[in-house]
Amino acid sequence: MQIDINTENSILIITLKGSIDSKTASEVQQKVLEASVESDNVIIDLTKVDFVSSAGLRVLLMVYRQIKSKNGKVILVGVSEEITEVMEMTGFINFFEIIDTVTNALSSF
Amino acid sequence: MAESNFDTRIDYYPTHEHEGIKYRRGHVLPFGATMVPNGVNFSIYSSAAYSCTLVLFEKGAPQPYTEITFPEEFRIGNTYSMIVFDLDFETLEYGYRMDGPFEPEAGHRFDKTKILSDPYAKAIGGRDKWMDPPDWDNIYPHRSRLVFEDFDWETDMPLETPIEDLVVYEAHVRSFTKHDSSGVKNKGTFAGIREKIPYLLDLGINCLELMPIYEFDEYEHSKTNPETGEMLINYWGYSTLNFFAPKSGYAATGKYGMQVDELKTLIKELHKNGIEVLLDVVFNHTAEGDHRGPTISFKGIDNNTYYMLTPEGYYFNFSGTGNTLNCNHPVVRSMVLDCLRYWASEYHIDGFRFDLAAILGRAQDGSPLNNPPLLESLAYDPVLAKCKLIAEAWDAGGLYQVGSFPAYGRWAEWNGKYRDTLRRFLKGEEGLVGELSQRLQGSPDLYSTRGTAAGINFITCHDGFTLYDLFAYNEKHNEANGENNNDGNNDNFSWNCGWEGETDDAGINTLRHRQIKNALTILMVSQGIPMILMGDEMGRTKYGNNNTYCHDNDLNWLNWDLTEKNADLYYFARHIINFRRNHPVLRNKDHFRNSDYKGTGYPDISFHGTQAWNADWSGSSRVLAIMLDGGHAKNGFTTDDTVYIAINMHWEALPFELPHLPEGKSWHVSVNTDMPSPYDFHKLNSEPVMENQYSCILGPRSVVILLGK
Repeated sequence: MQIDINTENSILIITLKGSIDSKTASEVQQKVLEASVESDNVIIDLTKVDFVSSAGLRVLLMVYRQIKSKNGKVILVGVSEEITEVMEMTGFINFFEIIDTVTNALSSF
Repeated sequence: MAESNFDTRIDYYPTHEHEGIKYRRGHVLPFGATMVPNGVNFSIYSSAAYSCTLVLFEKGAPQPYTEITFPEEFRIGNTYSMIVFDLDFETLEYGYRMDGPFEPEAGHRFDKTKILSDPYAKAIGGRDKWMDPPDWDNIYPHRSRLVFEDFDWETDMPLETPIEDLVVYEAHVRSFTKHDSSGVKNKGTFAGIREKIPYLLDLGINCLELMPIYEFDEYEHSKTNPETGEMLINYWGYSTLNFFAPKSGYAATGKYGMQVDELKTLIKELHKNGIEVLLDVVFNHTAEGDHRGPTISFKGIDNNTYYMLTPEGYYFNFSGTGNTLNCNHPVVRSMVLDCLRYWASEYHIDGFRFDLAAILGRAQDGSPLNNPPLLESLAYDPVLAKCKLIAEAWDAGGLYQVGSFPAYGRWAEWNGKYRDTLRRFLKGEEGLVGELSQRLQGSPDLYSTRGTAAGINFITCHDGFTLYDLFAYNEKHNEANGENNNDGNNDNFSWNCGWEGETDDAGINTLRHRQIKNALTILMVSQGIPMILMGDEMGRTKYGNNNTYCHDNDLNWLNWDLTEKNADLYYFARHIINFRRNHPVLRNKDHFRNSDYKGTGYPDISFHGTQAWNADWSGSSRVLAIMLDGGHAKNGFTTDDTVYIAINMHWEALPFELPHLPEGKSWHVSVNTDMPSPYDFHKLNSEPVMENQYSCILGPRSVVILLGK
C-alpha cells in the first residue's frame, strides 16, 4: 500500500495505491486521520486502488465519519466500476460522496 | 480517557504463546468467535470431549498454520474458551478438533482426525461462489469464518406489520432472478432481489419469505441424471451446514466474503419499501446425514447432544433426510434461541417459518411433547417478541399438527387444510361447501381460540405443483429428478382441465387461466394470511414436476417473459392482491361472530347461494357466496365497503340472487373471472355500478366480487 499526501488550495489529496484490506486498513486509517488534522477537506483518490475488502470499506467509512464529525468534507474519486458495484451491493455507497476526477472534486469544495 | 482505561484491562494482553501465536484464557459467553480488542474470543461446548484444539488457517490454505490445544484450565464446565491475539479478522479460517470416545451405541462419534466447523460461526467458507468446483481433498471443506457485525442500519427496524395485513410471497433467492429474462445485473443473488423490489411493489406484496438462506452445500448428494446427463444438486437448500451463516453463494459479493453486508443491505432496502422479510428456517435436521454421512460439525462436537438417537445409537429420521436435530435438549434449545435472536437483532428479520416444525415439539426420544420447551421459549422470548413465528405444523415422521400446534398465543402455522380444501373444491369436488366456508373465514374450526391470524393460507408453495400446473396436470411428472417418478407427493388434488400438459386448445387454456384467477381470488378474500408462490402471478410452470429440489435450471428459474405471455394473469394477480390490501373487511384478526354487534342491520358475515340468505350446504353443492359487512371491518374497528363474494365451481352458469343493500348503496362489480381480460376486473375505486341490482349470473367455474357502496 502506497499512500501519498498532497495539499492543493488547502485541500488534502490522499492518493492510495494497491489494495485496501485487513492488512493495510489500519495504516490507511492512521495516515489519513493524521493528515486530516491539517485540513478538514479531504479528497481520497482511489484511481490506483485495485481492491477494497470488507475491512477496507469499513476503514473508508470510519475515516469519512470522523472527518464529517469535524464538519469536514470527504470525497472519493477514481472509484473503479468493480469497487463501485461492490459498494452498491453492500450498501456502503449510500454514505459517500463520489466524484469522477480529482479536478472535479477540487472544484466542488 | 476512556481509551486509556481500556488499555489497562489485563485481559487485553496474552498470557500464553504457541508457535509465535499469543493467547490467553477467554470468555465463555457468547459462544462462537467474537472479535474483541486485540484478538478473537473463541468459545465452544462439548459435553463428552476429552480435549479440544483450536485449528487456525490462512484463508484457502490447504493446511492449518497452527493448532492450539485448550489448556485444561481454560475449560469451564463443558465449555472451552480462549482469546487469540493479533489475528487477521478477514483472512482467518478456524475450526476445532475434538478428542473423545468413539462409542456409537453410547451416542459418541468423536474423531480427532476431523476438523470441525463451529456451530456458532457467522460465516462459512468453502462454497463461496455458487457451484464453484470444490476441492474434494480439502481436509476442512466448510470453514468457519469471522464477520464484521457493525452494519449501519441507520433508522431501520423490523416493520412489525400486523400479521393479518401481510401478503406473503414465497421465493427462492437464486430462482427469482437467475433466468436471463430477469434482466438484473447480478442474477440469482441477494443483490438481484434488490433490483426487483420495484416489481414486488408493483405486484403489491408486503412480505417476502425466502426459502433457506443458511449456508448449505449445493453439492450435497449431487449426482448425474443418467437420462439427461444433467447434474442434480441440493438446489433448494433444505439441509443446513450452519444456522448462523448466510449462504455465500447467494451473494454477488460472496467471493469477497461480503455476503453479510449484501444481505443486510437487501433487508434494509426491502424494509424501506414496506416489505417484511421472513426466513424459512430448517431446524429439524442438518447436512450431516445419518451414520454414513459426513462429520462436519455437530456430529464430531457432541453427537449425543445435537441429534436424536435411537437406543442403539443410530439416528432417528423424523425429517426424512437421515438425522433429526435434538431440539428439545436444553443445549440445542439454547442454540436455536441464540440463532433466532441473532437473525432478529443482527439482520432485522421480521419472522421465521419453521420447516417441519412438528419435530420441534418432539422429546429427545422422539415422542410428541404436550408442552414443548423450545416452542414455549421462542414464544416468550423478549428479543423475538414481535417476530412472526410460523410453523409448518407436520413432519416426515407422521406427526400432523395443523390446528393443534402448541401455539402459546404466538405461533401461526401453514394451513395445510386450506390448501387441500381449496384444491379439491377448485377441481370441482362436491360436498365441500361447508369446509370451504370455514377456510374463507380463517378456519375457525381449526383455530377457534387462536383467531384468523393463526393460519397462513396457501394453495401452492415450493413443495408440489405451481398454480398453473395444478390446472395443467393430473399427475406428477418427476422423471427429471432421476428417481423414476417415485419422489414427490401423489396427492396433488389437481385437475388438468382436459389435457395433460401444454396444449394449443384455446378452450382449455382459457379455463386454466380462469381457474388460476379463481384460486387467487379465493385466496386473497379469505381471512387469515395469504401466501403466494413465486411466479404463480404469471402462470409459472414446472412442467408437472412437483418436487424440483434438485434442479439448477429452467425448472426452478423464474422466466420473467411470462409476465408478458400471461399478462392477463399478472394484471389480475396484481389487482386482487391490491384489492385485499385496500379492503380491511378482508383482514380481521379475530373470528367472525356471525352477529350484528355494530348495529348496522347486517351480521359481520352472512352466507348465500343462488338464493340470497340461503346457502346450499348440501352434499352436491358447488356454490357459495358470502357477504362481509363493511360496518364490521377489522372486527368492527373500522369501516369499509360491503364485500360480496360469489363462487360457482359448477360446470354450468348459475344465477345468484343478490342480498339487498341498505338505502343509498348499490352493488358495483370488482371482479368477474368469467370475463375475458381486461374485463375480468375493474380498477380500485372505479368499479362500475351493476345494471341489475337483484341478481348476477356466474359463469361456469367462476368467481365474482361485488362491492356494496
